[in-house]
Amino acid sequence: MTKKYDSIVIGGGHNGLVCAAYLAKAGQKVIVLEANEKVGGMAITSELGGVKVPTVAHIARAVHPKVIKDLGLNIEIAKANIPMIALNTDGQHLKFKGDQVSGMNGAIVSAEDIKGYKSVHRNLQRFAKFLSPMMEAKAPKLKNRDREDTWNLIKLGVKLRLLGKQDMQEFLRIALLNIGDLLEDNIDNKQLIGAAAMDACWGTHLAPRSPGSVLTAMYRETGDMKGTRGAAHIVKGGMGNITDKLLKICTDLGVNVQTNAKVSKIVVEDDCVKGVELDGGEIITAENISSNADPRRTMLDMVGAEHLDINFTRRINNIRDKGDTAKVNLVLDRLPSFKGLSEEDLKARLLVCPDILYAEHAFNHCKYGEMAAKPALEITIPSVSDSSLVNDGKHVMSIVAQYAPYKLKAGWSEDTRNQLFENVIKVLEQYAPDIRECIDVSETLSPADIAKRFNNSGGHWHHVEMQVDQMLMNRPIHGAAQYNTPIEGLYLCGAGAHPGGNVTGVPGMNAAKRILSQKK
Amino acid sequence: MSIAIERSKLGIKETPFFPRLKELSTTAHWEHWGGYLSPSELESLELEYFAIRSNATVFDISPMCKYRIQGPDAEKFMNRLITRDVRKVKSGRVSYVVWCNDEGHLLDDGTIFRFGDDDFRLCCQERQWDWLISAKLGFDVQITEETDEIAAIQFQGPTTCWFLKQLGLEGVENLKTFDLKYFDWNGNQLLVSRTGFTGDLGYELWIENKKALDLWDALFALKDERHIRAIGSGALNLARIEAGFLAPHVDFLSADHVIRSTRGRTPFEIGLGWQVDFNKGQFNGRRALLKSQKDKTDRYCFVGFEIDGNKPADHSLIYYKKKQEIGHFTSAMWSPTLKMNIGMALLKLPYGDSVQEELWTEIYTEKELKYDVTMAKLKVTDRPFFRNKRRTATPPADF
Ligand SMILES: Cc1cc2nc3c(=O)[nH]c(=O)nc-3n(C[C@H](O)[C@H](O)[C@H](O)COP(=O)(O)OP(=O)(O)OC[C@H]3O[C@@H](n4cnc5c(N)ncnc54)[C@H](O)[C@@H]3O)c2cc1C
Repeated sequence: MTKKYDSIVIGGGHNGLVCAAYLAKAGQKVIVLEANEKVGGMAITSELGGVKVPTVAHIARAVHPKVIKDLGLNIEIAKANIPMIALNTDGQHLKFKGDQVSGMNGAIVSAEDIKGYKSVHRNLQRFAKFLSPMMEAKAPKLKNRDREDTWNLIKLGVKLRLLGKQDMQEFLRIALLNIGDLLEDNIDNKQLIGAAAMDACWGTHLAPRSPGSVLTAMYRETGDMKGTRGAAHIVKGGMGNITDKLLKICTDLGVNVQTNAKVSKIVVEDDCVKGVELDGGEIITAENISSNADPRRTMLDMVGAEHLDINFTRRINNIRDKGDTAKVNLVLDRLPSFKGLSEEDLKARLLVCPDILYAEHAFNHCKYGEMAAKPALEITIPSVSDSSLVNDGKHVMSIVAQYAPYKLKAGWSEDTRNQLFENVIKVLEQYAPDIRECIDVSETLSPADIAKRFNNSGGHWHHVEMQVDQMLMNRPIHGAAQYNTPIEGLYLCGAGAHPGGNVTGVPGMNAAKRILSQKK
Repeated sequence: MSIAIERSKLGIKETPFFPRLKELSTTAHWEHWGGYLSPSELESLELEYFAIRSNATVFDISPMCKYRIQGPDAEKFMNRLITRDVRKVKSGRVSYVVWCNDEGHLLDDGTIFRFGDDDFRLCCQERQWDWLISAKLGFDVQITEETDEIAAIQFQGPTTCWFLKQLGLEGVENLKTFDLKYFDWNGNQLLVSRTGFTGDLGYELWIENKKALDLWDALFALKDERHIRAIGSGALNLARIEAGFLAPHVDFLSADHVIRSTRGRTPFEIGLGWQVDFNKGQFNGRRALLKSQKDKTDRYCFVGFEIDGNKPADHSLIYYKKKQEIGHFTSAMWSPTLKMNIGMALLKLPYGDSVQEELWTEIYTEKELKYDVTMAKLKVTDRPFFRNKRRTATPPADF
């Protein structure tokens, strides 16, 4: 049977849902087709061992205020503006909050370093603020631009001038620098540098000494959800709460949301989209198709090379979209005892990256197809802030572990997944010696597992690597920017489109605006 | 000659026919073609040219790039690669084709040989391996480079069919223009296609390298009965201008080779618009070409001219009303066969297209270190300049 829609959204990740909601708000008849049994993509809360865990994403920092306002998205926060604690094996941790850094349990941070960190942080934030208008709109093209592009370029130019001469020089100086150099220019404390540097690298194929890591640091700071730029929040009910609410918003707007509906093919006729074919053979037709799936899947698997030009296919095929970030989720019988941390401290974001060399070393493994023996970790224990996730005094620990490559030389298997789990726990034991005894159930997701479970090409945090050649008007690639593709009526609305990944809703919002502005 | 041999030691390859060419070369005029040594002229440009139009000539085209494309998606692959509809090229047929990059700019021209439903050979001037490998993504095909495995000659002239019959190729006279056929010859597979670059009766003969000299010798063994002559590229070039064919590097540049972004040309800009089939579905560059047709962004056209007088106009600039420079001749000659001064030119639109009057060319002729300048009037002329019934007559006459 075929039904006619104005728009089909392939994928019910948060961006797909945001896109669908905007389209429906504008009066379109929309259907969302999600391959998995539930929507939300990598921003979901799932059951594990009887409790609720943030399966992949665990921290909200950048859901765009416009999305929140336009869609009436009411995100309940269990704990707002959580600090970051950089762990130290002897308990002498460092605590970061906004641009403040302080030592815990006798850790010493010099006045110069406190000042140095403040200045780096403020600069990054100022420049992020300057960049943020670029994130809200389609990235302006320099050639063949339309009026909106020209206007955005003018705005950007004005902003650049308003930065003042010194700031402008500083912006241009650091924009393509590596975060390690930038921090070392201003700070001496190795532990401080290590943690702040690693924070620029989560979810990317970058380590602190990789060029471009300042840009990703700025990107992290562009979000100002809840009014505090760059702040991290723990969402009540986990990240899935955001996507559950988006689902409700969509259905209230009359969007038909279908799960267990995997699109196998985008039907193209005479260079225009006609509809999609589902795994079971059903064909659904529509004027426009907006794909929340990553660009490689969308263009090579669903559209197919036969409809595309050769260099375009080559560029799509060469997109760097293999993730290095794994996830380990633990259901704990009780809270582990971290050296030098109170229960209140466990509401923070805990970071394991003692210094830059630690991260570089971990990254080296990854470059050669091995998993890091000692990965860098970003840990939250959301159950400390949100008791609704658990019962019976249990706790949830959510661990982002880097670096473990999508393409493991030895191949991902039960054995190598166990190895990854062991590596993570061994590192963790140095800070929380009793962690092993606390574990009730665990779940380890390599990038390959993430790719498989969430139907993307490389299990990449941002779908497509965030580096300057794959950003802005070149995101994901030249020839498919500004949410358009060479196929008329086919748009990209996921993390692989501008501005990129994280739970922001911006690609979805921008793509919907693009679709509506190009309606015939 | 000795130069040639030393060069070959420096890495320039010799074709399977080189031993014979070396013996025949009295002028030692060699050039490089795709890494091979190839004769520009063997004995006399004039004799070689006239042999094309009156006897049988042999030109070694072994350096031509040859790619075999096979597999279940071969037809789909070819159809996406080139601009015309490959589905219309039947098994046992050859077709002249062009292909473009994503911007719709010409990469090269060549011929495709269709051996079966899913078996093609692409022959062309420029190396295409990289392009074909990129094009392969998403298609179930095997691509094999055959350039160095297959020896080939272009066998052209009014008496060529007679020769092939003498070789015992039964039924060769029934081959129509653009037909191809494998013949069993002395226990070898000899591929004959009725194709060529001269606008005359002629064939191309394809054989595995180690049998190349046998084939050559068998043809030349008949030299006492009918005249046969090996030729160089110079004579062939004259014949191809008369036939109105474009030569890469001369009449157009591959978009892969140009440095300036404005130098790429669409097929429409070099008179090959007839090669573009917008109705067959997607092919590489289609979107860009549709857009350039719709937005009328083509800036050039390619035109054949008859030129007043008898001075060859090669490279001469072309003017509108003798004043405004609007283009130049890419290939031009005094045609001995037609007794006509002809040329092909690249002109800025609308000249040569909607404006065909008042076109002039300024020809510089050197006379013993002194230059004469002539303004010669131009008349737009259909190509090919040279037409002869014997090119297509089947069966061909014996003479
Ligand atoms: C380990 C890890 C930790 C992360 N932590 C955080 C974090 O703390 N905070 C944060 O903000 N971000 C985090 N991220 C990034 C964030 O999760 C993603 O950038 C974001 O979820 C991307 O959203 P999306 O809607 O664009 O795509 P996705 O969430 O990937 O959704 C795409 C959807 O499309 C569906 N789909 C794909 N193909 C098809 C098909 N053929 N047919 C039907 N449906 C299809 C998929 O099933 C999926 O549901 C993390 C990422 C990783 C990998």
